[in-house]
Amino acid sequence: MRIDFTVNGRPQEADDVWEGESLLYVLRERLGLPGSKNACEQGECGSCTVRLDGVPVCSCLVAAGQAQGREVVTVEGLADHARQRACSTGARGTSLDEAKAWQPQGADSQTGEGTELSPIQQAFIDAGAVQCGFCTPGLLVAADEMLERNPSPSDADIREALSGNLCRCTGYEKIMDAVRLAAARQSEGV
Amino acid sequence: MDFLRPASWEEALAAKAEHPAAVPIAGGTDVMVEINFDHRRPEYLMDLGRIGDLEEWEVGEESVRLGASVPYSKIMEHLRAELPGLALASHTVASPQIRNRGGVGGNLGTASPAGDAHPALLAAGAEVEAESVRGTRRIPIDAFYTGVKRNALEPDELIRAVHIKKADGPQQFSKVGTRNAMVIAVCAFGIALHPRTRTVRTGIGSAAPTPVRAQAAEEFLNAALEEGGFWDNGKIITPSVAKRFADLCAGACNPIDDVRGTASYRRHAVGVMARRTLTWTWESYRGARRTTQGAA
Repeated sequence: MRIDFTVNGRPQEADDVWEGESLLYVLRERLGLPGSKNACEQGECGSCTVRLDGVPVCSCLVAAGQAQGREVVTVEGLADHARQRACSTGARGTSLDEAKAWQPQGADSQTGEGTELSPIQQAFIDAGAVQCGFCTPGLLVAADEMLERNPSPSDADIREALSGNLCRCTGYEKIMDAVRLAAARQSEGV
Repeated sequence: MDFLRPASWEEALAAKAEHPAAVPIAGGTDVMVEINFDHRRPEYLMDLGRIGDLEEWEVGEESVRLGASVPYSKIMEHLRAELPGLALASHTVASPQIRNRGGVGGNLGTASPAGDAHPALLAAGAEVEAESVRGTRRIPIDAFYTGVKRNALEPDELIRAVHIKKADGPQQFSKVGTRNAMVIAVCAFGIALHPRTRTVRTGIGSAAPTPVRAQAAEEFLNAALEEGGFWDNGKIITPSVAKRFADLCAGACNPIDDVRGTASYRRHAVGVMARRTLTWTWESYRGARRTTQGAA
């Protein structure tokens, strides 16, 4: 079957999709966007977290056909998504080639301005919240959505928002630091 | 496998009548796990995501009509006052990502004894609105669970909504697991005080082949509260009454040993949760009485 949907602000189509296939599989294997990670395939780990019509979901538990006509934001489009949110103009989106070519480079470690990183991504780097990196994309998408909803979260709010994302390296403390840092920078308007 | 995409409820009913083996999928948090792990290869997968009505709810005089696909996150956000027990139970479901997708219709369809919504539905009192091309019927929640992962639906029926009685008193939900998030209940307990009818209802999860009410415990407590004039005098629940209630709740369990816990642990834990949640709800009832009636 064929799926037409919006990924990172641009219309995309996937052909020959098997009816039982997950959205995660379509993103990774058919559109070439491996940022969303495949781990537990049962919604336990959160590594495959994407936004579906704005809402964070485990893409491994969304049947590909359910994404028909809907909007998906993956970690590859997070920088653009955050930029659009900040400017709230110029809905440009990220093409598949741009998304595939995305690199965490050229970051101004203080502000993240004028770079390819969203504020939450920059904060993860600055706070040392990335170790092996496998859980990072899911955490970034979940944390970014929380900061959009709740600009000044308490520690309990952060823990709650990230409770569906497992990290086996960091012990979560640096991740907490990163989200607090991103929230602080957001409130200072940098 | 065929992927059916009914655009309306009528189309969904027609499709289910034509293909009774079609597996409905809404949030996908149960169905997709089974497909991902190759435990299930349905001939037809029927996406209910295009039917907007299923994600709506109406608050009526006596009850809330909750669309089958209303996600847990919406219940927590919007129905905390009307359905406090279910809102508490919703909050213990897995993680934000799962609560954004999963809903009560799926919990009922799967009918796992460990489903988090069941104890709250049993305690509050509810009816499942099931529909097929043959017509609509309301299945009382007590008659809905028929076995391990079995329910009273006919092959051509779909769950459209759940009618849940609005809270007329304090409600609580308690769940045992190894952490707060991402936990399948070792066992769970729901309780609802119904001051209007002077009754207490309960629901036990994950401690019997199906979710069950502790009916003997309810009958004992209803009689004890009535006899002692507790609903009027608002006195503290006697420890002996609470203990007997807890023992009867534990006795209503018919648990098994499995990877999550042993049968005897489950029985014990249900008793503890019963006593605690009774105390919490009763204290809340007494507190409300004090503020509204000025009683000591």
